[in-house]
Amino acid sequence: MQMTTIIQMSKQTVNTSKLENPHSVLQPKISLLFYHFSDLKFLPIVSPLHKLYLKMSNEAMDVPKTGFSFDLCRRNEMLTKKGLKSPGYLKTGTTIVGLIFENGVILGADTRATEGPIVADKNCEKIHYMAPNIYCCGAGTAADTEAVTDNISSQLKLHRYHTGRESRVVTALTLLKSHLFRYQGHVSAALVLGGVDVTGPHLHTIYPHGSTDTLPFATMGSGSLAAMAIFESEYREGLTRDEGVNLVTKAICSGIFNDLGSGSNVDVCVIEKGKKEYLRNHLTPNPRTYISSKGYTFSKKTEVLLTKITPLKELVDVVPVGGDAMEE
Amino acid sequence: MDRDATADVNAPHSMGTTIIGVTYNGGVILGADSRTSTGLYVANRASDKITQLTDNVYICRSGSAADSQIVSDYVRYFLHQHTIQLGQPATVKVAANLVRLLSYNNKNMLQTGIIVGGWDKYEGGKIYGIPLGGTILEQPFAIGGSGSSYLYGFFDQAWKEGMTKDEAEQLVVKAVSLAIARDGASGGVVRTVTINSEGVTRNFYPGDTLPLWHDEVEAHDSLLDILNASNPEPMST
Repeated sequence: MQMTTIIQMSKQTVNTSKLENPHSVLQPKISLLFYHFSDLKFLPIVSPLHKLYLKMSNEAMDVPKTGFSFDLCRRNEMLTKKGLKSPGYLKTGTTIVGLIFENGVILGADTRATEGPIVADKNCEKIHYMAPNIYCCGAGTAADTEAVTDNISSQLKLHRYHTGRESRVVTALTLLKSHLFRYQGHVSAALVLGGVDVTGPHLHTIYPHGSTDTLPFATMGSGSLAAMAIFESEYREGLTRDEGVNLVTKAICSGIFNDLGSGSNVDVCVIEKGKKEYLRNHLTPNPRTYISSKGYTFSKKTEVLLTKITPLKELVDVVPVGGDAMEE
Repeated sequence: MDRDATADVNAPHSMGTTIIGVTYNGGVILGADSRTSTGLYVANRASDKITQLTDNVYICRSGSAADSQIVSDYVRYFLHQHTIQLGQPATVKVAANLVRLLSYNNKNMLQTGIIVGGWDKYEGGKIYGIPLGGTILEQPFAIGGSGSSYLYGFFDQAWKEGMTKDEAEQLVVKAVSLAIARDGASGGVVRTVTINSEGVTRNFYPGDTLPLWHDEVEAHDSLLDILNASNPEPMST
């Protein structure tokens, strides 16, 4: 019964080429009429692809649309209402933190990735590379955090080639926040962005809807409350590197042990002017217990019954014919 | 209750907020609290809701944090272009109208209330309130945000025409702290920005400098810290 319903729904999918500007969802949500003050002309602006979007809405859809296609969202909503359980996303339950210390920024993260109630990855990497001097921790849907940080990381690299300068944290911030705002919260990525550039150390949090905060210490993810409790009681300005790393480790451990969505190991990344240290698995407070000390042996192997070598028989006998075989 | 609080960490970032803008003889004063909440969790207890658009125009943001940040970024960009084209500093009326155009034309998608305040040489200090929906109202004082509900009566009684700078600043700080006392979604510190012909001054009033209202108790160190400091033995029942 359900299968037929699905088939019927797909037949009714609206032909988007007839809709007025289907890319309105992809444009920056603010479609602007900019008043040109001297002569009161309307100028549609904002997206350099604005004209392209308008053009594409009028032609037949032979060119695949760029960006996320929201077409199936209504169908999915209808199906969930009818009782179909949608597959769980791979989320990083997560505790991610960042703090500013005397010489730069320290980022920390746990390493558990969950798929509903199951731990899908016990040792995943949540601290993503953005630029040699900028790293970003990601919480939320793992695919979204990976994709958005990879995307902005390559945009930053192109920008570095273009300008010939080291990337700035505010550049990464603006690129990320514009991207996330454009997708109105559907890209479920909550990020802690930190780095050191010519203007100094910076730490920002970015929420899935595109809002940002600039803070001296920040936590995100399901374990953020546990980690924030540690930071609020023990953070002070001008921490040394070791004090900072210890505080970050303590905050992540607090998330690991008190939040079900976070667990396994602690990753730390220290970024200072001109250098960075990525301490992968800086602390492993959850080793596998009860490992057999003898190790695992598999005594009964596959038994060898017979060893016999039979050369392959030629099925076709090639008989050289007199003269050139290649000639007609 | 605990489940609800943590489940909302991914809720849209909104600023519960109390924002105020008042004119005085010589300029304007903008005031705001500093709490940004996601659901029931305070995401940022020291946020700055008074954002600069130009040297002489500032805005107070309320509502959805993402929407108000994006609107202020766009208006800053347009005002910058406008200043270059005009050849002189933009007026407060222009800034307010740019905000209004964005708010009104995208009213279905945006959820943000903004107070625009500044000083220019033609009109002096001006305050414009632009609530949800994109109405623009030029007012001698404007209040906004969830905490403003508690201040309508207060301002009816306490507002006077032609106050001095210090009187106006005291009024703003008093009003925000009253709203913080009664509104759960407002809290943190009180920030004010004074804009007049001389320039811009930012002020910051942490919680312990604010007056105490009805039923409020003075903040003091946690009893646990006090007891542990003098007596290292653990507490026993």
